[in-house]
Amino acid sequence: MSELDFSTTLGNAWFPSPIFTASGCASSGRELAQFFPLSDIGGVVTKSVMSKARSGRPTPRMAETPSGMLNSIGLQGPGIDAFIEKDIPYLISQKARIVVSIAGETVEEYSTLARKLRSVAGISAVEVNISCPNVENRGLVFACDPEASRRVIDGVRRTLGGELPIIAKLSPDVTDLVSIATGVVDAGADALALINTVLGMVINLDTMRPHLGGKTGGLSGPAIKPIAVRAVYQVHAALPKTPILGMGGISSGRDALEMIAAGASGVSIGTASFGNPTALITIQNELKELLQVKGFTSFRDAVGFAHRDEEGD
Amino acid sequence: MTQINKSAAQLNAMIVSNKRVGQYHQIIFNVGDNADKCKPGNFVAINVGGDTSRMVLRRAFAISRVTKSQSFGGTIELIVAPHGQGSKWLCAQEEGAIIDVVTPLGTAFGIPTEPVQVLLVGGGYGSAPLFGLAEVLNARGCRVDMLLGASTANKIYAPMEGKRSVNSLRIYTEDGSMGQKGRVTDPIPALLNDLDIAVVYSCGPMAMLAAINEITMQSEVIHQCAVEESMACGIGICMTCVLPVANSQGEISMLRSCIDGPVMDGALVQWDKVGHVL
Repeated sequence: MSELDFSTTLGNAWFPSPIFTASGCASSGRELAQFFPLSDIGGVVTKSVMSKARSGRPTPRMAETPSGMLNSIGLQGPGIDAFIEKDIPYLISQKARIVVSIAGETVEEYSTLARKLRSVAGISAVEVNISCPNVENRGLVFACDPEASRRVIDGVRRTLGGELPIIAKLSPDVTDLVSIATGVVDAGADALALINTVLGMVINLDTMRPHLGGKTGGLSGPAIKPIAVRAVYQVHAALPKTPILGMGGISSGRDALEMIAAGASGVSIGTASFGNPTALITIQNELKELLQVKGFTSFRDAVGFAHRDEEGD
Repeated sequence: MTQINKSAAQLNAMIVSNKRVGQYHQIIFNVGDNADKCKPGNFVAINVGGDTSRMVLRRAFAISRVTKSQSFGGTIELIVAPHGQGSKWLCAQEEGAIIDVVTPLGTAFGIPTEPVQVLLVGGGYGSAPLFGLAEVLNARGCRVDMLLGASTANKIYAPMEGKRSVNSLRIYTEDGSMGQKGRVTDPIPALLNDLDIAVVYSCGPMAMLAAINEITMQSEVIHQCAVEESMACGIGICMTCVLPVANSQGEISMLRSCIDGPVMDGALVQWDKVGHVL
């Protein structure tokens, strides 16, 4: 088989592989490093970090569902200062490429986080998570409101300057995803992360109450893959020049290729790592082989391949 | 920060034995040299359901006993209650089946450096890892007394061979169908009073661990407990299995029971805050 160019770009950031962790599914890399070298994958997208340390939602925080799971963590984390002090140097020491995910409760908090990251060396890109479903007030899910989404991204863009690529992470729980995607790209997002988890609920039949401590949770895993593929396809059709980091239920190389053909320039692996600590490596190897079997010499030729003209068949 | 789960490996392990023991299954896996790294209190995370399963998460089980370097390699033993879909699938696997396991995970029981007197308290099949622990403590020269409790007789797990490592074993059932009628916590205050016990080790339901802790907090005794919270990953990345735990400065944070546990210092766990927002 011929050589495969497996590299990809998100904005001006180059990665040797299109396989990434998903934010919130790899902490800050230390736990997975026991199972594979973090430098072997495209990059580590760290768990969304906020300005201050946060303890998150009450337990139970998890419920397995058919081909998926609900989580209700609520952005537990160390806060940006401890993260910059401890986690970034660790990831750099592992030669990992780093995408820092940030989350805020206000437009200003996102800007504050961006200001702290501006002077930190060794970061490839910033994911702006405006779509975490596990917040107390659904009105705070910025990605459900086109105007709020734009304001967050605009604030981060102004603070960050033009250097670091911004990846806006969006929610599928909206009526018109394309208009929200267009809005954040206009406001300065270089790339999009699609999709965050889908809001769901499980009722515990022993207690006859919602099972999760936070009542609602985010659904992830293979159950949501068709939603993610659809979201990536629709947004890529509307914004073909905007790179997309696709995620949602990818657990094999075939799943990854579906997402890529729909328009993803990179894919994140989340829930699959919970079931298999080496899932990222397995999926990466399967994707490489599958691309070569299908005759691609460059990964980038496969991005959005499902959108090609009919006469191209 | 020390390396997390530094002995853990993902293995294709063969089931060498799967026997029904009362309400439970005793399942023995060949894990080769990995057994040398498994300590009492460690757990394994097992992929259940096969390739086409709709169960996407691993199941965590405490390692109950470890046998090192047999002719066919080291083994670990799990005691599994076939309650949910995943554990039922595992209990239905036949000898010779190859299973994807990640082992050893988590923080093990601390073993005293001196041959002190210890009390082991188990609830239900939570007693399983205590027998492996008893062997290690016995080898250290500790006097080991054990209390086991359950709601009823067939939920007590107490294998014959396990009793060899303990100096005394008392059983309590709530319905009186085995041993003495009552709760396993009933005799603990008197035992702590009468005997020179340095450490209480416990494993079982959270309510039992909390009740034991209330008793040990009245004394100088150290309480090492193996906590239980539902886990999605077992390796520290999902943040679902957290418990409120204080550090030595008294600051409380949500620690992962998979990495900072399952064995924790009972005096630091904030039992009244479990399941609540900090």
